[in-house]
Amino acid sequence: MIHFVLHDARDTVAVVVVEGVKAGMALNGWIMDEDKMIGLQARQDIPIGHKVALTDMSPGDTVIKYGIDMGRVVAPIAAGQHAHVHNIKTKRW
Amino acid sequence: MPVVTQDTSFLGYRRENGRVGVRNHVIVLPLDDLSNAAAEAVAHNIKGALAIPHPYGRLQFGADLELHFRTLIGAGCNPNVAAVVVIGIEDGWTQKVVEGIKATGKPVVGFGIELHGDHDTIMRASKAAREYVQWASEKQRERCGIAELWVSTKCGESDTTSGCGANPTVGNAFDKLHALGNTLCFGETTELTGGEQIVAARCANDAVRERFMFMFNRYQAVIERHKTSDLSDSQPTKGNIAGGLTTIEEKALGNIQKIGKTCSVDGVIDKAEVPTHPGLWFMDSSSAAAEMVTLCAASGFAVHFFPTGQGNVIGNPIVPVIKVCANPRTVRTMSEHIDVDTAGLLQREITLDQAGDRLLECMLRTANGRLTAAEALGHREFVLTRLYESA
Repeated sequence: MIHFVLHDARDTVAVVVVEGVKAGMALNGWIMDEDKMIGLQARQDIPIGHKVALTDMSPGDTVIKYGIDMGRVVAPIAAGQHAHVHNIKTKRW
Repeated sequence: MPVVTQDTSFLGYRRENGRVGVRNHVIVLPLDDLSNAAAEAVAHNIKGALAIPHPYGRLQFGADLELHFRTLIGAGCNPNVAAVVVIGIEDGWTQKVVEGIKATGKPVVGFGIELHGDHDTIMRASKAAREYVQWASEKQRERCGIAELWVSTKCGESDTTSGCGANPTVGNAFDKLHALGNTLCFGETTELTGGEQIVAARCANDAVRERFMFMFNRYQAVIERHKTSDLSDSQPTKGNIAGGLTTIEEKALGNIQKIGKTCSVDGVIDKAEVPTHPGLWFMDSSSAAAEMVTLCAASGFAVHFFPTGQGNVIGNPIVPVIKVCANPRTVRTMSEHIDVDTAGLLQREITLDQAGDRLLECMLRTANGRLTAAEALGHREFVLTRLYESA
């Protein structure tokens, strides 16, 4: 079972691709571009399609997905936590 | 065995101007909002005629009016259309649309309502539509080369699975079609924000790159002029955010997966303009699903790839819209809308190459006549893009 996928090994967030991810679960992740597996423990419940943080991040940090800048951190995020609009904002507009 | 090669063919309708369509519609096209009732009455009278109502066409001016004419004329010229009955409130602009469509050589006639009223107009237009429908019903499909199929793409109700699954599936199919010389199109100018340099780097030459950046910056200026916030809830949309997309940059990076890995951006067109050579074209366009798909229809595209994450239900009256989805929950809860399920990609059960081939198989079946989910469900969203207020 693959619980989350990421595109690039440098990504700091990954996408949960199954329903029912709960805090405390051991998750299997697939790095698509390298066809490699990694592990991570979920610290929060995360809905399908939503992102899990792969590293600890602080306000002002750049979030990387697809190996590219996708926005800035606006509230502290720990690895395994839910990463979304409550802790990440756009750098554009 | 690849699904598409140079030798692949499909059964299409070859029109008078040589273009190939995959549907054989006789449309009743209103010039303006006032003519919708008569157009719908004609389509009610004549079985097989399809009315395409829309809310605009009065007191537009300048570039906005030009776009209105270009979109209506383009819709009539689309090779999926066999013949056209145009109805307008007055004769002048009605004939302008008729003349534009007539350039293709297909049967087209226009009726003005003023001095006649709805009853007489509906009667005269119904007689014309009846002749066209019977004439079109004798048209036969013929074998056409794969490169004659024009294919456009735009995604909608995207979520994070779009960027990992459904959009790369379209990208894989586009890479394969581009290599065969197909004419392809993508757009959604605002939804490239944060990834515009990736598209610029894929442009075939400096002239295309310069034109692309001109279109991108022109649209950014519209956003800057009108925005009252950071566009949260509009871009990304509420549905995108519910699906896990957080920022416009993230949405754009997923969006760009639709143009694959190898195909170059070979040309740039403004809204509803017609490509002049094969290859992948960027069309400056709205990111709203029905607006963009309508513009693709007006540009002459015959089949549309529509990847979705959360489950957009869009269709188009002229162009078959093929839905691709990699979100297992959406595939389960909205199965009647999904033509191609590529959720297996995210569990490593199928490869991207296999997912692209599944989409291409569906494309060929659709081109040969199989109805898409949106066609079977009666989705006929025809939405004109407006540039600014009326005069």
